[in-house]
Amino acid sequence: MRFRIDKLGVVIAALLAYGAFLAPFANFRANRIVPGEARSIIEALPAGLGAAFLAFAVVAVVLIVAKTPTLFRLVLGLVALLALAILIGLAAGHLTPPENTYARVSPASGFWLTSFAFALVTTDALARLKLSPLARVALLAAVAAAAAALLMSGVWDGLSILKEYGSRAETFWLEASRHVVLALGSLAAAVLVGLPLGILCHRVEALRAGVLNVLNIIQTIPSIALFGLLIAPLGWIALNVPGAAAIGIRGIGAAPAFVALFLYSLLPVVANTVVGLAGVPRDANDAARGIGMTDRQRLFGVELPLAFPVILTGIRIVLVQNIGLATIAALIGGGGFGVFVFQGIGQTAMDLVLLGAVPTVALAFAAAIVLDAATELSSNKPGRAA
Amino acid sequence: MKRLLPNLLRLAVLVILIAFLLQPMLFEPLLKPLVQANAPAVYNQGSLLSLTLSHLATVFTATLAATIVAVGLAILVTRPIGAEFLPLSRSLVNIGQTFPPVAVLALAVPAVGFGEKPTLIALFLYGLLPIFENAMTGLSTLPPAIVEAARGTGMTAWQRLIKVELPLALPVILAGIRLSVTISLATATIGSTVAAKTLGEVIIAGLQSNNLAFVLQGGLVVAVLAVLIYDAFSAVERVLSRRAGRV
Amino acid sequence: MIEIDTITKRYGETTVVDTVSMTIAPRTITVIVGTSGSGKTTLMRMINRLVEPTSGKILIDGEPNSAIPGYELRRRIGYAIQGHGLFPHRTVAENIATVPTLLGWDKSRIDAKVKELLTLFQLDPAAFGPRYPHELSGGQQQRVGVARALAAEPNILLMDEPFGALDPVIRAKAQEDLLAIQKHFGTTIVLVTHDMEEAFHLADKIAVMDKGKIVQYAAPQDMLVNPATDFVETLIGAGERPFRLLSIGTVADAAEAGEADGEPIAAALSQRDALSALLWSGRQALPVVGADGAPLGRVTLASLTRRAARPQ
Repeated sequence: MRFRIDKLGVVIAALLAYGAFLAPFANFRANRIVPGEARSIIEALPAGLGAAFLAFAVVAVVLIVAKTPTLFRLVLGLVALLALAILIGLAAGHLTPPENTYARVSPASGFWLTSFAFALVTTDALARLKLSPLARVALLAAVAAAAAALLMSGVWDGLSILKEYGSRAETFWLEASRHVVLALGSLAAAVLVGLPLGILCHRVEALRAGVLNVLNIIQTIPSIALFGLLIAPLGWIALNVPGAAAIGIRGIGAAPAFVALFLYSLLPVVANTVVGLAGVPRDANDAARGIGMTDRQRLFGVELPLAFPVILTGIRIVLVQNIGLATIAALIGGGGFGVFVFQGIGQTAMDLVLLGAVPTVALAFAAAIVLDAATELSSNKPGRAA
Repeated sequence: MKRLLPNLLRLAVLVILIAFLLQPMLFEPLLKPLVQANAPAVYNQGSLLSLTLSHLATVFTATLAATIVAVGLAILVTRPIGAEFLPLSRSLVNIGQTFPPVAVLALAVPAVGFGEKPTLIALFLYGLLPIFENAMTGLSTLPPAIVEAARGTGMTAWQRLIKVELPLALPVILAGIRLSVTISLATATIGSTVAAKTLGEVIIAGLQSNNLAFVLQGGLVVAVLAVLIYDAFSAVERVLSRRAGRV
Repeated sequence: MIEIDTITKRYGETTVVDTVSMTIAPRTITVIVGTSGSGKTTLMRMINRLVEPTSGKILIDGEPNSAIPGYELRRRIGYAIQGHGLFPHRTVAENIATVPTLLGWDKSRIDAKVKELLTLFQLDPAAFGPRYPHELSGGQQQRVGVARALAAEPNILLMDEPFGALDPVIRAKAQEDLLAIQKHFGTTIVLVTHDMEEAFHLADKIAVMDKGKIVQYAAPQDMLVNPATDFVETLIGAGERPFRLLSIGTVADAAEAGEADGEPIAAALSQRDALSALLWSGRQALPVVGADGAPLGRVTLASLTRRAARPQ
């Protein structure tokens, strides 16, 4: 076998080599807010383990630079990521002095860079393998299961982010559920309103430009401003409309956040519905009318099924965007993972920031993978390839 | 004639915006009804003009950097030599878009500290994606006949890129920059939560002191800037694509 | 029977169809020809009310076609268009079953109908039924389009340039199929085309449209002999007249008793085809055979020359 060089592999290997050998692996702090001290991988891990990982890194560098089979690279990436996940947990246990509950150990740049390098190997392999949608979702489930197993096993318990979690476990799950309800609820509302509105815009051409312009302008209003601006009208409603306060409408809190997310979500849903319906072949529509379908039968039997993948793409945009934007809700008392992010920023406690940011990113990422797979499945149905 | 009315409207909005930034007190009577009796109706904790300028400067710097990097990368992956990077760049663009701006901002703080820098990083990373995506589309969907003709006339690869491919892809690339700028204008306001000098300060001050007038003026200035800049870009794109025959 | 009575369609200031009256006899093929923008498609689309007329009325078997809702009317009238208009998200069988399903037929009846039609169009039901339209060739898609139009056994079939997108070889085959189908079901067919060759080949009667008006409505032969206007003459093409005349009649009509050597000609072909064969083979006469291969006499160059001459 000839030794051929993978150009992309060279870049990744350089990143990996720097991260493993030159950058600090973990950060040790005597307590939650003092500046940290960097620890190399040899210092951070129990005897021999660090050296073993460095040896593995050397082998990995060679394997990544060489043109190795794609499936092999995928396995290499996944195994290395799993190893890193376990090692950082072990480092936490090793670095924390016994019986000390104030010390904090967190991953440092070396850990992040090596993880990033192996994540790149994995991503590249996945992109080249062109896995089927179901296989991608299965892989996502497997990764989620592995992460859950690591969390349950207690390997990560020594890490600073889990210590932050430990001291506020109950609030965490409360905010998590509020975050999901905000993101999904506003999406559901946007689909309920946006889909009919999109169909209306498609049928009534006079409406189209106007509606889309208004929705476009709403998108330009910065999220924190829109959240804030809704406080006043919703506060007024809560005071003056009987029963409104009883169902949870209030000037501050989740209600304005919900409405703001809903307003932001409308544009992608409406625009994609309009684009999807416009993309239905003219012939199919003419034939549907010509053979005697009523407008309703044509809408449900021909137009919506054919526009579905495009509409689903709009829903994907909305869901990912909402999961991210829901963090802002915390600024107006709407709850969600943003609570930890902004508290953390306020206290300069980065572990707390991570406690809010990591689940948000993970949620958005998982939502994107699942909906991408769904879109691909729906547009790959045999009838659509043409 | 048909363009006249919208253009007059834009001009009027621009004049009002400038007037508001230079002489905000003139507008006090309009904002007064939104606040309690003795609360200030016009932002008084700093100059609106300087905040606007630094907001624009932040967005401009981040977008400029993002444009250079994104277009450079797009050129690389559309050359034969960079083809190996294409699948990964595609996935990274997709994955990158799933990162919420707040998370990027928050995660940048431990690395670079508070202030302008985390905002610049977040805007840069966020701005990369639309530009890269459009530049890649623009460069990879050129009419094959034109690229062939350029080869046929004896242009070198470099000459083809500079004289044919980039000019033809320019309208599409500009559309990406426009998208990136509008997103960045709004996202920059969040930068104020990590102490960047942007119009977000006005909004957050309003949220903290329950002053609706502050929230409104901060939000409106950003929205108006975004709409005007969006329109300006669209106009330039129209001119360019007419010239490139991609109407 | 379709009776079109002083029908007019205006879009704003433009009159697309201008006080047209014509009667279409049952169980015939009527071809409407004209240049693009002549109003031929609009005229046809007013029969099944895809376009509502500005004034005038259309009677189908004595009943005004406005008596029932448009969609119900259309379920009774077959409709096939250029580029077939098949639903890309439904299988071939589902496409054909569309109208019977709308009409609420029971499943076994629908299945039987789909099978019958696919077989009739020489598509194996087991192989083609479950496929999606994009997996078929252009000619097959077109056949499925016509099969779908015929699924509810309509008395009337409207066709808008049905063969426009097909290459010449497949088009000829599709035209033969259409003639066979028409004979089989006795359907009244109204077909719109801009192809004169196609019109002469298929039509019992041709209606020529120009600027929204019918300039001549006559049997092909009459039109050849007495074109009503210069426009009709140009459309027919003066140089093509003898050949068009021959393409109307079949070889069987021109066959005479006697024997001849050479490659036999099928009786069902047009006399124009026979002329080509005679000229190409350099013979004065060729044998004629029926569909079963039985000899039916011969066809001679002299008789075809006589037939191609302007009728007195």
